[in-house]
Amino acid sequence: MDELIRMTAAELSAAVTAGDVSAAEVTQAHLERIDAVDGRVRAFLHVAAEDALAQAREVDRKRAAGQPLGTLAGVPVAVKDLFTTVGAPTTCGSKILEGWYPPYESTITGRLRDADAILIGKTNMDEFAMGSSTENSGYGASHNPWDLAKVPGGSSGGSAAAVAAYEAPLALGTDTGGSIRQPASVCGIVGTKPTYGGSSRYGVVAFASSLDTPGPFGRNVLDTALLHEVMSGHDPLDSTSIDAPVPPVVAAARHGDVSGMRIGVVTDLSGAGYQPGVMTRFTEAVELLESLGAKVTELSCPHFRYALPAYYLIAPSECSSNLARFDGMRFGLRTGGGSAEEVMAQTRAAGFGTEVKRRIMLGTHALSSGYYDAYYGKAQQVRTLIIQDFEAAFSQVDVLVSPVTPTTAFRLGERADDPMAMYLADLCTIPANLAGNAAISVPCGLADEDEMPVGLQVMAPPLADDRLYRVAAAVEAAFNARLGHPLLTESKGLS
Amino acid sequence: MPITRDEVAHLARLSRLALSDAELDHLAPQLDQIISAVAQVQEVAADGIPPTTHATGLANVFRDDEPVACLTPEQALSGAPAVEMQRFKVPRILVEE
Repeated sequence: MDELIRMTAAELSAAVTAGDVSAAEVTQAHLERIDAVDGRVRAFLHVAAEDALAQAREVDRKRAAGQPLGTLAGVPVAVKDLFTTVGAPTTCGSKILEGWYPPYESTITGRLRDADAILIGKTNMDEFAMGSSTENSGYGASHNPWDLAKVPGGSSGGSAAAVAAYEAPLALGTDTGGSIRQPASVCGIVGTKPTYGGSSRYGVVAFASSLDTPGPFGRNVLDTALLHEVMSGHDPLDSTSIDAPVPPVVAAARHGDVSGMRIGVVTDLSGAGYQPGVMTRFTEAVELLESLGAKVTELSCPHFRYALPAYYLIAPSECSSNLARFDGMRFGLRTGGGSAEEVMAQTRAAGFGTEVKRRIMLGTHALSSGYYDAYYGKAQQVRTLIIQDFEAAFSQVDVLVSPVTPTTAFRLGERADDPMAMYLADLCTIPANLAGNAAISVPCGLADEDEMPVGLQVMAPPLADDRLYRVAAAVEAAFNARLGHPLLTESKGLS
Repeated sequence: MPITRDEVAHLARLSRLALSDAELDHLAPQLDQIISAVAQVQEVAADGIPPTTHATGLANVFRDDEPVACLTPEQALSGAPAVEMQRFKVPRILVEE
């Protein structure tokens, strides 16, 4: 069984398709792993044991009947608990949705089912995807498999922890300000924020609609690309979905070659507040890319310093509007007495956690008359300037690189009631969300101070997601060659 | 511009959040700190810069007006806190004077 959980998604799918192992055996092995370690990691809010085995038996039946199998045949995938899934609860990490069973399926989980993947369970997250540690979950925090006293990042921390703990080879997350890349970075795995509109938001419970981007996690670059390809593509049910071919991410992941590629180092994403060990590994990764034949230049994106404040006006504004639907009238929690309006206010006070309340009120303030121009309106102009910074940069280079997050995983509780300190975790990831670009986090070593993983962020223009995988595959291959094994095998938190 | 506890209480009412006094005491200084930090956007000389609401530049998206399958009433009501006669049952919304 231990052998099955260590296999890559690509290997598992090939083995299931060839009949070397059944999907049921693969699923059973991962369910046993979850049983063995998830009491400590707490990555899952719901383990769909029986349903997953039923899905697996159906894959095995199709194979026995000689029917063709999908790209992810028999591969378990952990799903962030904000994708609606028929037959499994969907809580968004919130008490206001405790016990809610969605009546419809998200486009992306539907595509995974069509690709014969096994949806093995729903993962923990910061409530409504607001946070960088999973500590804002209404159901308790998840733990970093490298060091259980530390956060797995967030908001998609449960998904990242599940993959890093070998509970699933792949996972789905969403990235609104860094919620895939930051947890991938601090858990030592790969995570991608696709181009905005490249992956469907239908059935993804909304936080900030102009920023929310579903994306993949994997333990290696190729697996991540396989999930990226399966989940992506135009969806008529999402009006912001881009009607264009999916960038050739899998082909790029198989050909990690950066010779002649122009790579720009964003000088604005460094300096005070960055952990020395993070900067050391980042600088080494840049030198590595240069040694592999990339042409590296430094450049400045002067408005990136305003990305964080602009984000903390735009995202809360959109959230204050989106979360108005949680009113206790049609679904979810209803509590309190009196008029409908009184019941709404009591339900929302009881069902939402502190960070969600903070952001709803912040957004309500930023959108209120008298403040709109100074806050929300100004933030939207800053968004334009950040897009212009990216356009200027991409006229000179093919991709940009930076650290993913200024520090390695911090200790549980360390920033829990200090919102401004927590928000800094997204300093480097937010610009790509504001501009709708594609970006990836790929492991680039351990920080000397604490032996915790560091990620390299690669950013590409919209619909050039394949460039991310070219660079990430080259970095991964060079590191694996240097270490003699994948970085993740050095994780000792669960041993 | 600092934000007072009274203003935060007003925001809570606008947001339909029945916060306790303890929560207001806790959140008011934090919101003030966050709002002063995000006010940095006002330093940027952005006169004449068009706002961006959405990164892809897509305008309105239309589809053909064709009937498609939708949720049944039972599915639509499946998560409702209270149901009566195939409808969402809610507390009274009008108050008699």
